[in-house]
Amino acid sequence: MSVRRLCPEQPASFAFTKENEAWAKQLVAKYPAGKQASAVIPLLWRAQEQFDGWLCEPAIRLVGDMLGMAYIRVYEIATFYTMFQLSPVGRKAHVQVCGTTPCMLRGSGDLIAVCKSRIAPKPHELSADGDYSWEEVECLGVCANAPMVQIWKDTYEDLTPELFEKVLDGFADGNPVKPGSQIGRQASSPQGGPTTLTDPALYDGSRAGKREISETATSGEVSLLQTDNSAKPEALSGPRDGKADDLKLISGVGPKLEETLNGLGIYHFDQIASWSKETANWVDTYLSFKGRIEREDWISQAKVLASGGETEFSARKANARDENENEA
Amino acid sequence: MTKTLIIDGKTIEVDDDLTVFQACELAGSEIPRFCYHERLSIAGNCRMCLVEISGAPKLIASCAMSVSDMPPSRDGSLQEVKTKTEKVRKAREGVMEFLLINHPLDCPICDQGGECDLQDQAMAFGLGGSRYEENKRAVEEKNIGPLIKTVMTRCIHCTRCVRFMTEIAGVEELGLSGRGEDAEITTYLQRGILSEMSANVVDLCPVGALTHRPWAHAARPWELQKTETIDVMDGVGSAIRVDTRWREVMRILPRNNDVVNEEWISDKTRYVCDGLKSQRLDNPYLRIDGKLRPVSWDEALGAIATRLKSAEPSRVGALAGDLCGAEEMFALKSLMDQLGVKSIDCRAPYEALDPSYGRASYLFNSLIEGIDHADAILLVGTNPRLEAAVLNSRIRGRWTHGGLEVGLVGEPVDLTYAYEDLGRGPKELAEIARGSHPFAEKLRRAQAPMVIVGSGGFTRKDGEAVLGLCAQIAKMACEGSDPAWQAFNVLHAVAGRVAGLDLGFVPSEGGFDTSSLLAKTNSGALEVLYLLGVDEFSGKADSDTFVIYQGSHGDRGAHWADVVLPGSAYTEKSATYVNTEGRVQIGSRAVYPPGEAKEDWKIVRALCEHVGQVLPFNTLSELRSKMYKLVPHFAHVDEVELADQSGVEKLAAVSRSCDSDAFLGGVQDFYFTNPIARSSKIMAQMSELNLRMKNKGTRVAAE
Amino acid sequence: MLQDKDRIFLNLYGFHDAGLSGARVRGAWDNTKALIEKGHDWIIGEVKKSGLRGRGGAGFPTGLKWSFMPKDDPRPSYLVINADESEPGSCKDREILRHDPHLLIEGALLASFAMRAHTCYIYFRGEFIREREAFQRAVDEAYEARLIGQGNVHGWDLDLFVHHGAGAYICGEETALLESLEGRKGQPRLKPPFPAGCGLYGAPTTVNNVESIAVVPDILRRGGSWFAKLGKANNTGTKLFQISGHVEQPCVVEEEMAIPLRELIEKHAGGVRGGWDNLLTVIPGGSSVACLPTDVCGEITMDFDALSAAKSGLGTAAVIVMDKSTDIVKAIARISYFYKHESCGQCTPCREGTGWMWRVMERMAQGRAQKSEIDLLLKVSKQVEGQTICALGDAAAWPVQGLIRNFRHVIEERIDSYQAKSKSAQGDMDRAEFIEAAE
Repeated sequence: MSVRRLCPEQPASFAFTKENEAWAKQLVAKYPAGKQASAVIPLLWRAQEQFDGWLCEPAIRLVGDMLGMAYIRVYEIATFYTMFQLSPVGRKAHVQVCGTTPCMLRGSGDLIAVCKSRIAPKPHELSADGDYSWEEVECLGVCANAPMVQIWKDTYEDLTPELFEKVLDGFADGNPVKPGSQIGRQASSPQGGPTTLTDPALYDGSRAGKREISETATSGEVSLLQTDNSAKPEALSGPRDGKADDLKLISGVGPKLEETLNGLGIYHFDQIASWSKETANWVDTYLSFKGRIEREDWISQAKVLASGGETEFSARKANARDENENEA
Repeated sequence: MTKTLIIDGKTIEVDDDLTVFQACELAGSEIPRFCYHERLSIAGNCRMCLVEISGAPKLIASCAMSVSDMPPSRDGSLQEVKTKTEKVRKAREGVMEFLLINHPLDCPICDQGGECDLQDQAMAFGLGGSRYEENKRAVEEKNIGPLIKTVMTRCIHCTRCVRFMTEIAGVEELGLSGRGEDAEITTYLQRGILSEMSANVVDLCPVGALTHRPWAHAARPWELQKTETIDVMDGVGSAIRVDTRWREVMRILPRNNDVVNEEWISDKTRYVCDGLKSQRLDNPYLRIDGKLRPVSWDEALGAIATRLKSAEPSRVGALAGDLCGAEEMFALKSLMDQLGVKSIDCRAPYEALDPSYGRASYLFNSLIEGIDHADAILLVGTNPRLEAAVLNSRIRGRWTHGGLEVGLVGEPVDLTYAYEDLGRGPKELAEIARGSHPFAEKLRRAQAPMVIVGSGGFTRKDGEAVLGLCAQIAKMACEGSDPAWQAFNVLHAVAGRVAGLDLGFVPSEGGFDTSSLLAKTNSGALEVLYLLGVDEFSGKADSDTFVIYQGSHGDRGAHWADVVLPGSAYTEKSATYVNTEGRVQIGSRAVYPPGEAKEDWKIVRALCEHVGQVLPFNTLSELRSKMYKLVPHFAHVDEVELADQSGVEKLAAVSRSCDSDAFLGGVQDFYFTNPIARSSKIMAQMSELNLRMKNKGTRVAAE
Repeated sequence: MLQDKDRIFLNLYGFHDAGLSGARVRGAWDNTKALIEKGHDWIIGEVKKSGLRGRGGAGFPTGLKWSFMPKDDPRPSYLVINADESEPGSCKDREILRHDPHLLIEGALLASFAMRAHTCYIYFRGEFIREREAFQRAVDEAYEARLIGQGNVHGWDLDLFVHHGAGAYICGEETALLESLEGRKGQPRLKPPFPAGCGLYGAPTTVNNVESIAVVPDILRRGGSWFAKLGKANNTGTKLFQISGHVEQPCVVEEEMAIPLRELIEKHAGGVRGGWDNLLTVIPGGSSVACLPTDVCGEITMDFDALSAAKSGLGTAAVIVMDKSTDIVKAIARISYFYKHESCGQCTPCREGTGWMWRVMERMAQGRAQKSEIDLLLKVSKQVEGQTICALGDAAAWPVQGLIRNFRHVIEERIDSYQAKSKSAQGDMDRAEFIEAAE
């Protein structure tokens, strides 16, 4: 990219057509009140489309005025985004040749050579008749159909220099070829026919309207519980004072379960200690514990731990940890 | 909340809303920076301030990371910041190298040389040489007006200038166009920047990309004598530093003073210094046969003495102008008192401020710092952007933080922030005072309301009534707020006025005020009129009154005078100024006055000898000790003596009717408000650019 | 190989009707309301269960990202879909946008509901003009059928707006995209704050890739576990692969994650031009990742973990194949040019470093360099990597590092042969001068 400057020769004024003005009004409504600056790129783009494919200086000011933006802010946008053409482009075609590596590997260099010989030796220069101009652009996202060019709104893909010449001929005659792949393949499917999506059952309607929502999705408890949230334990947004209790000290809670509980907003023993039977049941079904909470009596364990006491399990665990540390 | 961190091995407790950068500074670990500036938003783009934070895999830009956002350490130990590790050192070297590869290294011809962050930090943190062998980038220079010279190849894209213009000056003129290595700082199509605050970007520029055009290649910073003093271009009293070489003021720079100007000054404060060199009065003059001719001091003073001695005291008047220091006003007042002259005045014609109401009636009682807390401001007959540009930026700063309502009664102008246009004149003001206007409710609800009245409000025939209304509104607005909060504010646009009012440089019983004295001069009813630096108005030059002008410049005052006494400008004398808040500040002498010109108090003192009066002081310190007896708070330099608020109460009790005339702004042309500014070529250029941009609209490039 | 019944993008190539009725036949918009009725948390849970990792390149777990969105925030929440597909080698979102738009629209509704967003913006790259038009048609259809919009049949109001850029790769970075969407230059923001806390218009925002959102309806219908069963642990599901460069039949294809690279190329792309033995290297995940050593290409599987273990990355699964005819130095130099061209210019290492790297790379492609500069180049790339505001700096550094790691000998040979040539040229010149002088 080189330094981008506005063309020294500029029209005296620019105004949107009636239709474009109406369109602009609708556009601005897409964004929240006071955020109308969001519309700046689409508006500049529409101005470029209306003005023979390049963005003139009065249009920059017009858009600034329409959106309540300082001119320098709009100017920043116009020079930052490279699709804004700051000087006139070819009347019939402005050719954008993708030159980035995937296209380069498949011969974009040859296409650029065609541009140089047929249009102008340098990018952004008008051809002698003013009908054409070209530039090398960065990846246009059509890599599986490389090499390719974009002219106005359309892409011409899977090109060779000969095919590219034909594309240009089409613009010269006023009878452009059909956009897309120039070797007749469908979009980015492998040439010679797709290797996938050949099962007719995909398209016979058997997938519509009948499909069961999968088992996990329909397993009744989940939706049931969604409706009964009154029993849901109270969640904290994070551990108090940033320090969570070591829930693993509860027999039956491993690191994985601890994470799950944390995910539910449960970080402290006293939270578990305060669970009602209903809450315990809710958690049990929600996490598919199948009765584990009651079986291992988490609530009593938690009560002991919350009061600063030790359970048999926690004492054992603490010992084990000390030993580990000593060994280390 | 506070948080304990370990910074370079030192344990320190800091507020967790500080940035890691600030925490490091507190811990004494200095961090290099280019884009970071404490008064600007955070850009985080230079990457010079990278530090290592425990638990973070990558280095972190410390300016952009707040202490509360630091990644928690896994084992609960204290979080650690390291700024001196090999990794950090390498990163800084890397950034320095990148900054320098496309920098021209043209330090020998760069005006930033000697005070360049890039130079300093390259020495401290950079590699010794360069490994870059490609061609360097060159960037076109941008013409952005007569004040700021650009050498854009030197730019390191820190965007401080863009942020300053957008955030503080409130004028969206500068931007970063293009992208990647072709990104450039520019104005829209190289339009000249129009802001009263623009040149602060030069101070902010850490390299030599933006330098001062008026002083281009004039001097090196290390050959300059630096004098810290006070600005007199407006009533704010900004802290400045005057840099001189021999007898010449080379440049003026801001000094930091958080309670007054933070670290900004207006373009006028900064670039007016060329006005100190032209149109100077460097010799006494006497009008002989209708023409001012150079004479000796003895001849000039003798001529004055003759007229003064013979004149009836009631037919003598003395006026003091906008730039006067307290010392010369005190001296002149002492002389006039001894002569029995009652007609002295320091105010403009029809300026309704009256010290008999008490100090609070003419001060900016909320204090400039108070603006930071304000939640509702009513502006009356003032355009603070032109009358006190730095103060206006402060209002803007407060406004950008949100939660501030501003209303304006007066000329609608662009203040750089949004305000409610409440109307043009006293009618609307009275409605607010009555409480029947919706804005009154906003003021009442506010915790820290401010009513700011400017000279457009109080310098008119019904000025006293306007002041009365403002005082009533302030009183109403304050009901229920913190009793310590003062809402009534007079915004002085000139430097000398508050000291004059504090000294009582107003007519005593039976004396005449400025407008009467002018009328009497024009009619020839006055015998002698003494003008001490009075240049903002004049009378008929051919009247019979003997007009004495004492001042620094051959401006309006000198033109109608019969005798001209060359005085000194603010950079040439030590003088006391009191700003609009009532803050007493002493300016220092940076250079000597030119030619035969003398310090102003000395001229008055010398005149006494000729008139045969003895003033009770021979030296400046004697003068000051006498002056402090008359006005004790003048001795409390750099402080504001809180004024007794009964003055506002008394003012609120004034009930007079107002005219229906709309308020006008106090300042018409920002660049031409005083004789020094009017003598400055730079100010003339700016004034012209301003006018052209206004008239032609948008597409005027700075030529 | 993935079976057709497990494929999600059934109209990938546009052989069928892209419109609403066609999409319905293929199973889209099938009782979407039932999915919504299961609640916000259920949807996030299923997406978490599916193991879906973001398809835009970074591979961050999608369900986890969604769970960062605040639940009761007074500010509006936004879903922003990143359709700024610009990574060289990537061309998958384009096919979704123009051929299977309803998958994306339905996914947008479900994702917005899960994150309690009522507004969704889709940011197209500016060059996708026809794609935008096609997608807008589908959006209009969906509004018309009251599938989305205010008071739609699903009971969750959603406005879906199409927005576009105008030529800036950097806008694919999520915070640069938000800046651009707000009407500014696409310069990435400093993080924190992250978009989930302070994103579009300062409100909670999640930015997701097109493919990540478009697979959501299928995941929810068939269950997270169905998706999780495909691929391998931590690298689950199906993925759109894009194969470009020196293969017989470049294409885009939906395959299972962790498919062996060789299988992918040979089954779907007709194999490497001139046979597998003619392979030089593969860039497996778009231009931002390092190229692979030749021998690794035969064994590697196409998933996040395997590729990052091989010091490369899955990225967007854009496979750029290069056969032995490739001038690999030139190919990577062109990528360096790309990053220089696309650097936003905001932060120092990227602004200055991308240009520096490109210039040295260009010289090296000609051989016009010193061998010591190879290490210098490597150092410069390390000086950029990890020091920038966004990942573009890393993306510019990695291909260069991959080149030096795997093909250092090629650069050295190039330098040698250039020096030999210029020496003999110098010799010729000396001789000529000598003869001239003699004469």
